[in-house]
Amino acid sequence: MEKRVDWRQAPGPFAALLGPPLGWFLLFFAAPLAVVLAYSFGTNVGVADIAISGTFANYARALEPVYLAIFLKSFAIAGAATFVCLLLGFPVALAIAFAQPRVRTLLLVLVMLPFWTNLLIRTYALMTVLRDEGLVNGALGALGLPPLPLLYTNGAVILGLVYVHLPFTVLPIYASLDRLDRSLIEASLDLGASHLATVFRVVLPLARPGILAGLLLTFIPALGSYLTPDLMGGPDSQMIANVIERQFKRANDWPFGAALAFLLMYLTFLALAAQGLFRGRRAEP
Amino acid sequence: MTKRFGPVVAVDDVSLAIAEGEFFALLGPSGCGKTTLLRMLAGFETPTKGRILIDGEDYTRTPPNRRPVNMVFQSYAVFPHMTVSENIAYGLKMDGVRAAERRERVAEALALVQLEGLGDRRPDQLSGGQRQRVALARALVKRPRVVLLDEPLSALDAKLREELRFELSRLQDRVGITFVMVTHDQDEALALATRCAVMHKGSLVQVATPADLYEFPSSRLVADFIGSVNLFEGRVRVDESDHAIIDLPEAGITAWLDHGTGASETVQIWLAIRPEKMELHKRENGAAPPVMEGTPEGYNVMPGTIADIAYLGSESVYEVRLETGKMVRVIRPNLTRWDQEDFTWDEPVWLGWHAEAAAVLLQ
Repeated sequence: MEKRVDWRQAPGPFAALLGPPLGWFLLFFAAPLAVVLAYSFGTNVGVADIAISGTFANYARALEPVYLAIFLKSFAIAGAATFVCLLLGFPVALAIAFAQPRVRTLLLVLVMLPFWTNLLIRTYALMTVLRDEGLVNGALGALGLPPLPLLYTNGAVILGLVYVHLPFTVLPIYASLDRLDRSLIEASLDLGASHLATVFRVVLPLARPGILAGLLLTFIPALGSYLTPDLMGGPDSQMIANVIERQFKRANDWPFGAALAFLLMYLTFLALAAQGLFRGRRAEP
Repeated sequence: MTKRFGPVVAVDDVSLAIAEGEFFALLGPSGCGKTTLLRMLAGFETPTKGRILIDGEDYTRTPPNRRPVNMVFQSYAVFPHMTVSENIAYGLKMDGVRAAERRERVAEALALVQLEGLGDRRPDQLSGGQRQRVALARALVKRPRVVLLDEPLSALDAKLREELRFELSRLQDRVGITFVMVTHDQDEALALATRCAVMHKGSLVQVATPADLYEFPSSRLVADFIGSVNLFEGRVRVDESDHAIIDLPEAGITAWLDHGTGASETVQIWLAIRPEKMELHKRENGAAPPVMEGTPEGYNVMPGTIADIAYLGSESVYEVRLETGKMVRVIRPNLTRWDQEDFTWDEPVWLGWHAEAAAVLLQ
C-alpha cells in the first residue's frame, strides 16, 4: 500500500493548497454569519444603526406564538413536500435503477433536466398551469366543470416545492439502489417473497441511508424556501423565509430577522442530528 | 432447453434428467452456459425453448417465488439487515408458516449447518464459511425439492473449501434433497457430485459419474478439462476384440491396448493417458527397456529425459521430453520420506503405461 504523507511533513504545500479556500470560506461565509449572529443580539438605534447590546429580546420575540406558528407551518409544508417527494421519488429511483443501461442514462438526464432552467422561470411556468385561467382550469372548463382555486394555496406551495426538490430526493435514493447487490433481491424472490414484499423487506431497508439522505436534501432547502411560497402561496401560506425577508427589507428590523434566521439554522441542525441518530442506530449490531 | 440472449446462444438445446436425491454438478469454464442453465432452473431466466419439469409438473413459466426450488448464491446473498435467524426464517415467513413452527424449524436448520448459538448474530459478524452455512440453511429450511448452488465454495479460501466440501456432501446425504451445483472447479465437482455434466459453449459434452468422467472421457475436451492428461495423436493399426495396436507418431512408438477400439483404421484417434498412470523407470545405457504390465515386449515404452520436476509434497510432477520433442507429464506419489529411486533433472528415463491405462478418444 502507498505510504500516506502526513501534512506536517509538507506544511508549505499544505498551507498553499488549503489557504485560498479557507480564506474564501472565512471571508464570505463565516464572517457574514458572525455579523448576522451579532445582529441577532442587537437593538435598532435610529434608521440604519444597530447597537450590539447582547439582548435576548429578539429571540424572545421570535419564540412568540405568532412566529412559532409560522415555524410550525414551515415544518408542516416542508414535511408534506418531502413526504410527497419520497412517495413519488422512490418508485422513480427504483425504475431508473432497474432500467436498461441506455434507458437509465436517459432517465437520469430527464430527472436533472429541470436544473438547466432558471428556478424563477420554472415557477412562473407552473403558475401558468395552475392559475384560474391556466391549463388545468382551462381543461376543466372545456369539460364543463367549474374552475378550481389552485394557485395561491398551501397545496400550490407544496406542489411547487415537490416540483423543485424531486431531483434531490430521487438522486440519492437512486445511488443507494444502484449499489444494492442484485442477488439479494433474487434471493428474496427465490425464498418465496412477492415483488412487493421484496421491496418492503429487502430493498427499502437496504436503501435506507439513501432515503434518509434524500429526505434531508429535500427537507432542509424546502424548509428555508422563499421563492415558491412567495410566488405561489396565498396570504395564509407564508413560510419562515418570507418572514425573515420581510424583517430585513420592509420592516427594516435586522436584529429580529437575524434571530429568526439563526433559529431556522438551529432547527436545521436538529433535523441533521435526528438523521444522524437514525443512521447510528442502524450501524449497531 | 435453449436460451438465447439476442444473437448469443447461452444454452444450446440441452436435455438433462436429474434423479431425486442426486448431487448433480454442472461443470464448465466460465461462459459455457452453466449459470444460465441454473438460473433457468431457479426461474430468473425463461428458456427461449424447452421445458422444466419437476416431478412431472411443468415449472417452465413459474416465477421464482412459486417454485419448489431454492438457491444458494455465489455471493451467498445473506440479507445484511437481518440476523442469522431472521435470514433463515425469511422464506418460512413468506410461506405463511406460523411463528412457533418457524422458530422450531429455524433452530433445526441452525443445528443442521452447525450454527447453533449464532442465531442472533448479524451477517457482518460472520466469517465467509459461516455466511455460506446461513445461505445453505436458508435454502434447506424451506424443504425444497431441489437446492441450487452457484459456485458454492468459490468465495472461500483453499483450506476451508476442502473442509466444507466434505461437510456439504455429508449434509446433502443427510437431508436427501436433490442438489444441483454449478462450478468451474473440477476438483469441487469430482469431490461432491454423484454425477457431473460437462458443458462447453452452451452444450452438454458428457454426463457421467466423476470416476467415469475422469477415467473414460468421451472427448479430448473432457479429458483435458478434467484433470491433466497426456494426449497422443494416433492411428489404429490392428483392432481385435481383445486388443488393439496403435501407432503414435508423436511419441515415435507403438501402443498396445487391452481392448478393441472399434475405430476405423483410416481416421485419426487420440490416446489419452493420465499423468499418474505413467510409469517412470531409470534408463541405463545398453539395458533393455522394461516390459509394461499387460503388454508384449516393446509396446507402451518410450525413452525420454527429465526436463523439469515440481515437488508438491504429497507427490512430484515430472515433465519428460521424449526423443520426438513432445513433453509428457508424469505424477508420482511420494510414498516414502526418502525416495529410493530419486529422479533428477536431465536424467534419461523410460516412460511407460499399462495396457489398460490409456483411453481412446475419437474426437
